[in-house]
Amino acid sequence: MKTGTDRVKRGMAEMQKGGVIMDVVNAEQAKIAEEAGAVAVMALERVPSDIRAAGGVARMADPRIMEEVMGAVSIPVMAKARIGHIVEARLLEAMGVDYIDESEVLTPADEEYHLNKKDYTVPFVCGCRDLGEAARRIGEGASMLRTKGEPGTGNIVEAVRHIRKVNAQVRKVVGMNEDELMTEAKLLGAPYELLLEIKSLGRLPVVNFAAGGVATPADAALMMELGADGVFVGSGIFKSENPAKFARAIVEATTHYQDYKLIAELSKELGTPMKGIEISSLAPEARMQERGW
Amino acid sequence: MIKVGVLGLQGAVREHVLSVEACGAEAVVIKRKEQLDEVDGLILPGGESTTMRRLIDKYDFMDSLKEFAQSGKPMFGTCAGLILLANNIIGYDEPHIGVMDVHVERNSFGRQRESFEADLDIAGVAEDFAAVFIRAPHIVEAGENVEILAKHNGRIVAAREGRFLGCSFHPELTDDHRLTGYFVEMIKESKQLTI
Repeated sequence: MKTGTDRVKRGMAEMQKGGVIMDVVNAEQAKIAEEAGAVAVMALERVPSDIRAAGGVARMADPRIMEEVMGAVSIPVMAKARIGHIVEARLLEAMGVDYIDESEVLTPADEEYHLNKKDYTVPFVCGCRDLGEAARRIGEGASMLRTKGEPGTGNIVEAVRHIRKVNAQVRKVVGMNEDELMTEAKLLGAPYELLLEIKSLGRLPVVNFAAGGVATPADAALMMELGADGVFVGSGIFKSENPAKFARAIVEATTHYQDYKLIAELSKELGTPMKGIEISSLAPEARMQERGW
Repeated sequence: MIKVGVLGLQGAVREHVLSVEACGAEAVVIKRKEQLDEVDGLILPGGESTTMRRLIDKYDFMDSLKEFAQSGKPMFGTCAGLILLANNIIGYDEPHIGVMDVHVERNSFGRQRESFEADLDIAGVAEDFAAVFIRAPHIVEAGENVEILAKHNGRIVAAREGRFLGCSFHPELTDDHRLTGYFVEMIKESKQLTI
């Protein structure tokens, strides 16, 4: 009997496919998310838009929040650790959190190295903007990927850029001759063996969810249309006017992302979504997606 | 050609489709209840059982799934799918489809860090089956007509009752298609009976 194998860690993410993972800050929100049909919740101290507004250093949430959320729902509970913060990640693992997001939404603890995620029994999800970044994270042991997007903005444009880029680069690798792959690995900054694996599978070896800017049911469906395996919604739900309704609508739009009549129906009378931020109005140092290496 | 439906609301749908195809049958992803008429058997995949139940209710699938179960066509539930088939879920008042005479306990091996792989001896299927358990349930009690196919550390993790097959683990996550093949054979047998 073996725990923490690649199959067990990657398999856990496979079970989340076609689903929505929602950011929550307490037990009450976690129950709303579960009730709406979320496949998992991400337990946080503050949603990304509030982290953005508060400024300062954003750290792992108070363990009491994770405990409270784990006690409230039967779906898996994820939590965020700072990039490279070994002890925050070990703490979350020891608490029994089901998945750790080594996340650029928090202030990085290490500006050079990410966690060696192979060392852990608990699986990790990491953000990526292109195939090089995706492959480096998988190389370090990430069992699931997500687009970085631009968290807490309610603006889908960056997540769209990232999923299109990754998928275009995967298609390119799949179509390349094997003798071209070493140079491609060098150019991408990606492990060569992983490119061989992608070529033989015809896809990434782990699931890739959308994240960072999903604010409406149509945004969630758009990301599925572009090839995401599922959707993370951060500030979009609990910063909207009617969170329970919004949460249900986003779940349904993700399941039936090509049923446009249904999505139109779902989008009626939802109330106001979160207020968005135009990306060009963000100072370069305020762009969370630039964190991670 | 045998047509096997895979309930496609959420979860490891693609993996089951590939596994069915590897067994020489045709796979149909079922997103609408009307599609159930097209298939000879149905796989309820792994995923989040709470989420699947919400979506089943939302799309009014439950009655159609119960009718499908009564029609004599085989059903195979893996992990969350086993929970959907069981007629008793420990700690819950109501079952979901509730057609298989087993009592199941959800997440009974623990949280994700306790998830594991183990080799199983599955009666009539394989002696060395690499099984992947993820936040898995197990069968606490099985009715008298239930054939126990596999145990892990004394816990029942695979069983069959007539045309219903259920397991705690995820056969779709490996390249070993023997358990799916066993289910495809069950469908062939049931088709011969109806003819």
